[in-house]
Amino acid sequence: MPSPRVLVLRSPGANCDEETAEAFRLAGAVAERVHVNRLLENPALLEDFQALCVPGGFSYGDDISAGRVLGNQVRLKLSDPLKRFRDDGKLVLGVCNGFQVLVKTGLLDLDDDAGPLATLTWNDHGRYEARWVHVKATPGDCVFLKGIEQIEMPIAHAEGNIAVRDAAALDTLTSGGRIVLRYTGADGGEPNGFPENPNGATANAAGLTDSTGRVLGLMPHPERFLFATQHPQWTRKKAAGGFDPHGDGDGLRLFRNAVAYFG
Amino acid sequence: MLWEVDVLPAEGRPDRAAERLVDAAAHAGFEGLSVATARGFLVEGDALDAAAAERIANGVFTDSVVEERRVGSVDCDSLSAAPSRVAASAALVQVLPKVGVMDPTAQSAERAIADLGLDGVRVRTLHKYWIAGLDGERLGELGRRLLANDAIEQLVVGPLGIEHLPSGAPYQFELKHVTLAGLDDDALMRLSKTQQLYLQLAEMQTIQKWFADQGREPTDIELETLAQTWSEHCSHKTLAGRIAYRDENGERHFESMLKETIFAATKQLQAQWGAEDWCVSVFKDNAGIVRFDETDNVCFKVETHNHPSALEPYGGANTGLGGVIRDTLGTGLGAKPIASTDVFCFAPPDTADDTLPPGVLAPRRVMRGVVEGVRDYGNRMGIPTVNGAICFDERYLGNPLVFCGNVGLIPHDKSFGQPQPGDLAVSIGGRTGRDGIHGATFSSAELTSESESLSGGAVQIGNAVEEKKVADVLLEARDRGLYTAVTDCGAGGFSSAIGEMGEEIGAEVWLEKAPLKYDGLSYTEIWISEAQERMVVSVPDDRWDELRELCESEGVEATAIARFTPTGNLKLTYHGETVGELPMALLHEGRPPVVREATYTPPAVTPFTAPKKNDFTEDLHKILGSLNVASKEWVIRQYDHEVQAGSVVKPLVGVASDGPGDAAVVRPKLSSHRGLVIGCGINPRYGDLDTYRMAASAIDEAIRNCVAVGADPSRIALLDNFCWGDCERSETLGSLVRAALACHDLSIAFEAPFVSGKDSLNNEFSFFDADGAKQTIAIPPTLLISAMGQIDDVAKSVTMDLKRAGSQLFVVGETHNEMGGSHFALVNELTGGAAPTVNPVVAKATFAAMHTAIHEGLALSCHDLSEGGLAVALAEMAFAGGFGVEADASSTPLTGDYANDYDRMAAALFSESNTRFVCEVADEHADRFAACLEGVPHALIGHTFDEDGLRLKWNGARVVETGLASLKEAWQAPLRMA
Repeated sequence: MPSPRVLVLRSPGANCDEETAEAFRLAGAVAERVHVNRLLENPALLEDFQALCVPGGFSYGDDISAGRVLGNQVRLKLSDPLKRFRDDGKLVLGVCNGFQVLVKTGLLDLDDDAGPLATLTWNDHGRYEARWVHVKATPGDCVFLKGIEQIEMPIAHAEGNIAVRDAAALDTLTSGGRIVLRYTGADGGEPNGFPENPNGATANAAGLTDSTGRVLGLMPHPERFLFATQHPQWTRKKAAGGFDPHGDGDGLRLFRNAVAYFG
Repeated sequence: MLWEVDVLPAEGRPDRAAERLVDAAAHAGFEGLSVATARGFLVEGDALDAAAAERIANGVFTDSVVEERRVGSVDCDSLSAAPSRVAASAALVQVLPKVGVMDPTAQSAERAIADLGLDGVRVRTLHKYWIAGLDGERLGELGRRLLANDAIEQLVVGPLGIEHLPSGAPYQFELKHVTLAGLDDDALMRLSKTQQLYLQLAEMQTIQKWFADQGREPTDIELETLAQTWSEHCSHKTLAGRIAYRDENGERHFESMLKETIFAATKQLQAQWGAEDWCVSVFKDNAGIVRFDETDNVCFKVETHNHPSALEPYGGANTGLGGVIRDTLGTGLGAKPIASTDVFCFAPPDTADDTLPPGVLAPRRVMRGVVEGVRDYGNRMGIPTVNGAICFDERYLGNPLVFCGNVGLIPHDKSFGQPQPGDLAVSIGGRTGRDGIHGATFSSAELTSESESLSGGAVQIGNAVEEKKVADVLLEARDRGLYTAVTDCGAGGFSSAIGEMGEEIGAEVWLEKAPLKYDGLSYTEIWISEAQERMVVSVPDDRWDELRELCESEGVEATAIARFTPTGNLKLTYHGETVGELPMALLHEGRPPVVREATYTPPAVTPFTAPKKNDFTEDLHKILGSLNVASKEWVIRQYDHEVQAGSVVKPLVGVASDGPGDAAVVRPKLSSHRGLVIGCGINPRYGDLDTYRMAASAIDEAIRNCVAVGADPSRIALLDNFCWGDCERSETLGSLVRAALACHDLSIAFEAPFVSGKDSLNNEFSFFDADGAKQTIAIPPTLLISAMGQIDDVAKSVTMDLKRAGSQLFVVGETHNEMGGSHFALVNELTGGAAPTVNPVVAKATFAAMHTAIHEGLALSCHDLSEGGLAVALAEMAFAGGFGVEADASSTPLTGDYANDYDRMAAALFSESNTRFVCEVADEHADRFAACLEGVPHALIGHTFDEDGLRLKWNGARVVETGLASLKEAWQAPLRMA
């Protein structure tokens, strides 16, 4: 089986594209960074790839709201090719701003007749926040999270608070097994408010999958935990012994899962 | 048709902008307000009907899960009505960016509306506030103080009263001359001031004579070009100029002060190193470049943006960072920005509003604006902000300091550029507008309470996403070899970019070609506008098509606006008509030398007498809670410090990621374990006592911060940023020269070369007090030293948090009786004492020994000693690591004369002597650690234990005993802001 090919979508203001492509490469994929203008000119480009990743950043500045402009472009102009892409058994990953974009594209199955079930809105405290969080995975069918139970990753966002339209919308997401990542305390238990749940997200949700499990959007950055030395307490682990500071970081597991899916 | 879309928080959702305003208002003395807010968008298009406006409102502006929207014609009742969260009688206050001010949200909105298939729609944003609980006069006051900044924003109480979005009027060309002939000295200086040229008399006379010799008068654009090029900001004429310096050691004459001090030190080191020289390009390019590894170099530059930040904190800081990132992009053939630094100096945030002089923004507002300005630019650029500091002093009240730094990575073979005769000059990026006119000359003037109205044009808002787009195409174009040289459009705009690039060749400029944001700019405004997010590259004709296509493919505008013609002249044309022509030689060599007197008289040293007490627990809490020492977590967490995936040692470290890291370690290349170490040193308090010692201390601090995390002390490059008051006063300049002499001496002693630097003079604020008397507040002499070190394997990095119980604690370095300027003196309101010195021989040996110990893995943790000395360092290590400490300060190597044991005790605990560390060493490594430190002052002072507590002793008697939680709380509380 040849290495899967991953399209990492560049856009004006995307800024995690290089390390995200590197993450896929380290996991064994062939990753190519492609500007959204190329995809808009020629949606058939998608046929050359097995996975699409919308990386973190501030697409088009995020000035109106995070992910809005790029999300609109994708929904208005790439909706059909992307649905085919997903229906062909291919994978889609959105990290941070990429998640904010995916929410607005329809690819996460977040719309019903009354409109969107959920959105990503301002952090409860109203500021950008950069910090590490503990996250619990309940993967279900979600390809990227296979075998992952508990993982640490950093968040870095202003609008990462998953808000739902109403109780029924939350029920739809919960019962459908769509909330596959949730913030926890350090012990894996319920988070004790901020900062364990860093943004006030409903149901402590940190990531959502679509109805197939092949599309994942998450606020934490797995591409910022590729190496052991990215962990905020790595010098403590080293002092405790039995730790390889040249080793991998846990975030790499999501990318390895994506590659293994095609294996 | 002009429509307005208002977006409000949906019922049950918080109105955060309102909460922020109520909070800020309470701090400013406006109690008991209730507020509702909306984001408004004015939308205008030729054929825009109500259905289209609805479509835009739903498709672009509103998130239906959390927001509601209102659509209507401007000022209509349904848009003006107060939302239900406030009383119906609440007054409406609206804030709009002034015409011509950058409005990035409007630009994005126009883009998104075009994506909906609606072309040619124009957008302008506004903010609406419905405020209940204030009468009319107080409402206006609140608006001015908290809602709108007159430098860039318009405040409207009630309806907007507009029918169309304003657009510029077409420009009517008229060539303007300025009469110099016959002007006497007074008239020349008046002209210099009224035209905002800020040139000195000798310079005005030189210009007058040059044009008289030519038998003509200058055009306005020629005069402006000379003013920009000769400005302090662009030419650094004071420090690079002649100075007659006198201090207690005698007199010294400099032909060029910086060249003979700081540059000379680097030159001497380079000569000394010979083939081992690792400096690549120093004091020449936009940033200093040094060698990193086999294939790449790294560059570093730190800039200030003080005056714009005083007038408009958000915009000033925002464009300050944007500017220094362009320095990186404009270094060599363009470096990739990989890390940012930020250092701010403010007046204390709790300064009461009613004590503020006229024209001064409240320090709290300044601080918040600056922090947010840097945040919004840096985060959007995707550059991690890895290191910084914040200093507080009352004297920064009218003139805060904003230092922004950027580090870049650049391949060896891309480290130099050279425009070629015949190349085109191509402007890449943002359009040119009226914003930022006179920034270069303005930054060289003194701030006054009138500055806001005089120099509003110098204040700008940045558009980071535009700069990110420029960076993306520029680095691609670099790798494809599409241009021969690059520089940024910074101060002076095209005038300095093209003037500098064409210095050796000449240039012919076609001003009408520059793409404009709106109509109405004169040829001169186009030439000197400092509009942001523009780079200039020199492009051979046969590469131009490919460059243009590359830029187009990513939506970046690229326009050829000049050609480097080998005439030796700068020729400026507008639609074929010559509007100015000056020899490059006049611009770059014609400025008359500035000759300045500088004197330094050391202040008399008075003795420091420690209070006679035996318990210092409260002193320790007070120092931890002093603003300079207190946790800056509120700021740090708003900055993305991990993007690009190179983070190794973060700004906050420890078991709960909340301890103060000494320096940042980042890995610029994910394929290599080699790392960069970024640290800084700054301590204006010592400058009041002796600027030589302040500079030496800042250098020592910057280096020891880097060494503490594992940097190799033989590979540390330094940057200087001098921020001083008015250097026309000989004592002020003298104190600066003295600091520069320290930079020279210490650089050589540490073999740490200065590779770049920048000065910002005239940091003073003047106003007229209630009695009509002119008052001036000069900032304390402030020298920021930034250090960029290297570490061969990031896995050897060490952090400052204690790692385990049962470790031994060593203090490294000697403690002296140096309580002058100390934080112990500050919190006890004591004066006297000497500022800390540096013994370069001991210091160099200490850094080398420390590096060996860390490199061999013998330090579990390491922390440098700075403000608050040994006691503060131990407390920070303990609460960051969550382990207790027991140590006896009397074991510390202590030298000097002391009147009594109280003085000795205070010094051992709180002296801020340089070149000291605390190291946590595993029991089994203690002997090897001590062996590494042989010949360097060090001592075992205590151990760690598995309980909550800090127990410091003096000859066995407890002098500090407290729990870690109370120490941490004292440290975190002061700057924990909402």
